[in-house]
Amino acid sequence: MPEILNMLIASLIPLLFILTYAIVILWVEIKVASHVQDRLGYMYTGGFHGWAQPIADLVKLLTKEHITPVSADKILFTLAPIIVFASSYAAYAALPFTSTFIASNLNVGIFYIIAITSFVVIGILMAGWASNNKYSLFGAMRSVAQIVSYEIPTALSILTVIIVTGTLNLQEICEMQKGGIFNWIIFKYPPFMFITFLIYFTASLAEVNRTPFDIPEAESELVAGYHTEYTGMKFAMFYLAEYANMFLVSGISAILFFGGWNSPFGEFLSGPVWGVFWFVSKGLFFVFLQIMLRWTLPRLRVDQLMYVSWKVLTPISFVNIMIVGLWAILK
Amino acid sequence: MATFEITTRSVKGDLKTDTMILNMGPQHPSTHGVLRLELVVDGEIIVDVIPHIGYLHRCFEKHAEQMTNYQQVIPYVDRMDYVAAMGNELAYVLAVERLMGIEVPERVQYIRVIMAELQRIASHLLAIGTYGLDLGAFTPFLWCFREREKILDLFEITCGARLLYNYIWIGGLSHDLPSEFGKKLKEFLKTFPKALKEINDLLTFNKIFIDRTANIGVLPADVAINYGCSGPMLRGSGVKFDLRKNEPYLVYDRFEFDIPVGEGKMGTVGDCWDRYYVRVREMEESLKIIEQAWEQLPPGDVHSAIPKKVRPPQGEVYFRTENPRGELGFYIISDGHTSSPFRVKARAPSFVNLSVLPEISKGYMIADLVAILGSVDIVLGEVDR
Amino acid sequence: MKQYFKNIFIALWTILVGLKLTFKHLFVRAVTIQYPDVKLKLPERARNRLYVNIDDCIGCKQCEMACPVDCITIETVKALPNEDLGVTSTGNKKRLWVTKFDIDISKCCYCGLCVYPCPTECIYMTDVYEFSEYKRHNLIYHFSNFTPEEAEMKKKQVEQFELEQKMKKVVKPSEPTTVSNPGESEMKS
Repeated sequence: MPEILNMLIASLIPLLFILTYAIVILWVEIKVASHVQDRLGYMYTGGFHGWAQPIADLVKLLTKEHITPVSADKILFTLAPIIVFASSYAAYAALPFTSTFIASNLNVGIFYIIAITSFVVIGILMAGWASNNKYSLFGAMRSVAQIVSYEIPTALSILTVIIVTGTLNLQEICEMQKGGIFNWIIFKYPPFMFITFLIYFTASLAEVNRTPFDIPEAESELVAGYHTEYTGMKFAMFYLAEYANMFLVSGISAILFFGGWNSPFGEFLSGPVWGVFWFVSKGLFFVFLQIMLRWTLPRLRVDQLMYVSWKVLTPISFVNIMIVGLWAILK
Repeated sequence: MATFEITTRSVKGDLKTDTMILNMGPQHPSTHGVLRLELVVDGEIIVDVIPHIGYLHRCFEKHAEQMTNYQQVIPYVDRMDYVAAMGNELAYVLAVERLMGIEVPERVQYIRVIMAELQRIASHLLAIGTYGLDLGAFTPFLWCFREREKILDLFEITCGARLLYNYIWIGGLSHDLPSEFGKKLKEFLKTFPKALKEINDLLTFNKIFIDRTANIGVLPADVAINYGCSGPMLRGSGVKFDLRKNEPYLVYDRFEFDIPVGEGKMGTVGDCWDRYYVRVREMEESLKIIEQAWEQLPPGDVHSAIPKKVRPPQGEVYFRTENPRGELGFYIISDGHTSSPFRVKARAPSFVNLSVLPEISKGYMIADLVAILGSVDIVLGEVDR
Repeated sequence: MKQYFKNIFIALWTILVGLKLTFKHLFVRAVTIQYPDVKLKLPERARNRLYVNIDDCIGCKQCEMACPVDCITIETVKALPNEDLGVTSTGNKKRLWVTKFDIDISKCCYCGLCVYPCPTECIYMTDVYEFSEYKRHNLIYHFSNFTPEEAEMKKKQVEQFELEQKMKKVVKPSEPTTVSNPGESEMKS
């Protein structure tokens, strides 16, 4: 019995984290967007710079009517957002928040994350198909093509890191980077790990459908892509999954390249509690970078997106993996 | 990233793929209003485009005939190309003045030039801002709006309205420039080049933006001429034709300015990027004109030539001006005994420019169609009238 | 091959340039204002809600003629010879009772064409721009001092007077009717 209770608590913590994080990051996204554009953004709700607006939005979404289009496939239509959210939530299980907390300390942690996040594709395709809307279908098709092709550079760049670490266990990868900023993997084999990071970051942007790779939901072409027909809570699930995914890929970059929960100052400010702080702030930094990119860049076209994946990222990561591998053998 | 060759998909053997009809609009974020495009698509590739217009038809020409006098048409003219209302008024008023043979004072002409050029900058800012928005860049859009707002403020202190001015009257202007106009104009002239540079850095020369627009929607010069395109559409194709230079009206022949044309700097001559960049450079040229006009601005009375009663002699006139979107012409017939026009026909540049859309968008992708449509820069108020 | 790497480099470089700009703008003062709390001062020529100073109106219907969308409706009744309507602030003599002066502000296009022909400058545009209403009929502004009943009464009086005038030509003139001024009650639209 206590074991089940333990598991429940361990699974609830990431969920609580996602919910609070989503509310914070929604606010940050809007505020960053408005200030980049020389606007004020929302200022009223809750007092200071409208901090309560995401909560109000959430309440609004929860209380909205569920509309299922008449000609939609009802089962798939309902199931799609659940699958999309579940797959990104399940990936949080292998994410080490600190040296003492990881929901499930898998020895194939990173492999598990790559595998489970691929489920998003199924959810999105279901959403696009079940909506029975041409724009949704276009969005879903684009999204599937995009996520499947960008999984290759992602996996290859992760593989490069695995060559360095020799383990798939994320907790162990974090342990290895203990002892200050210069033990982080990003500074190993200069500059190849930095290139690996760039490849990973670019590919992860595409994996989570963020600008400049947001073509599945390109609002000026496809209205809203695969979630055009969704309202209320189902739409909120898609939204939540998107933001959860954003932190997930950022957290993985933090773990694989920037020491995870390790303090950049060696032993100073380290420990389980500080670990959470460092991990979350590193993750949030990359989320912030994603947000900044979104409000800076236009989006690519679907064939250019494929070009970036197959003709730029994939060959470079192959070359990169060869060099790092050779270097690791020779050392 | 290299350039992208787009060929229509061919399927070998007996396997045939079906085309799909996709309705884009009238409620679509990037059709710039209520334009409906019926797309025949093969996957993502466009086989055919059929524009359906008329959702915003307001019988402008019939309204103009039903007015009790010529002056009353001006508010309706404003509402044609509602983002460049000054230019519309100017064209209509110049046509009526030509019909009546009114000679307006110099000061009025200079103020009209300043207003028309400010309006050109405002209109082009909107065009490039929404173009960025079409391609997914949100920030330049609001930066453009920030600058445009300064111009609208200038208009507001001058005539009291921000969008639909009714400022240029037959024979004169509704108000003279206010005393603080000069100070505010100078401030704008000083800050605007900096803002334009920022927009250029953020959007115009961004690699992704160039990839999205260069070599897309190529409009060769002969096609542009055959379809009667005008304005930045025509000049983007490398044809150096600008009514301000080729057929000067007002006092445009007294200023020094260039006519920017598409040079194919990032791809082929006449692609979307060229059309876009012509607009950017036209704004710089307009700044030059405004600066010169402000320096030469003579004193005078703006009301002196306004006729007591506007009753043109029997006859007809066609007058064309260079509006931000192209050649705007008004054809007016007066029957000589009533004080309202017998017939008013507007030659709207957006309408003519839109007609070339099916020609230049075949074989590109849906995402490119959005880019092409944005580079045509239509205003539905003018297309449908 | 060289072009390939050059393209990648340019892409990364322009992205960095863009990021630098957007990051800089994070700390630039916002240009927008919190509208209902902070309001911009409108310029003195601002053209917003129409207002009619009915005391100065002489009922010439010039504004009604000038309006391109016919949003102004004016009805006038001739004053009887014994009635003195006074003069406007510009010194014009008033000769007509303005029994109806309605402006349908929902039709108004704020062109300002009605303002210029007015001989007494009694119709003008104010800087009031917050006048939304829940009911459409609230947007029809009645500027006249007459209620519909009073206007009706006035009309009848005039008709009666004219009838009497006609009668006068046939019969000897009788006592002229005395009329009290119904426009005394202050009515604001």
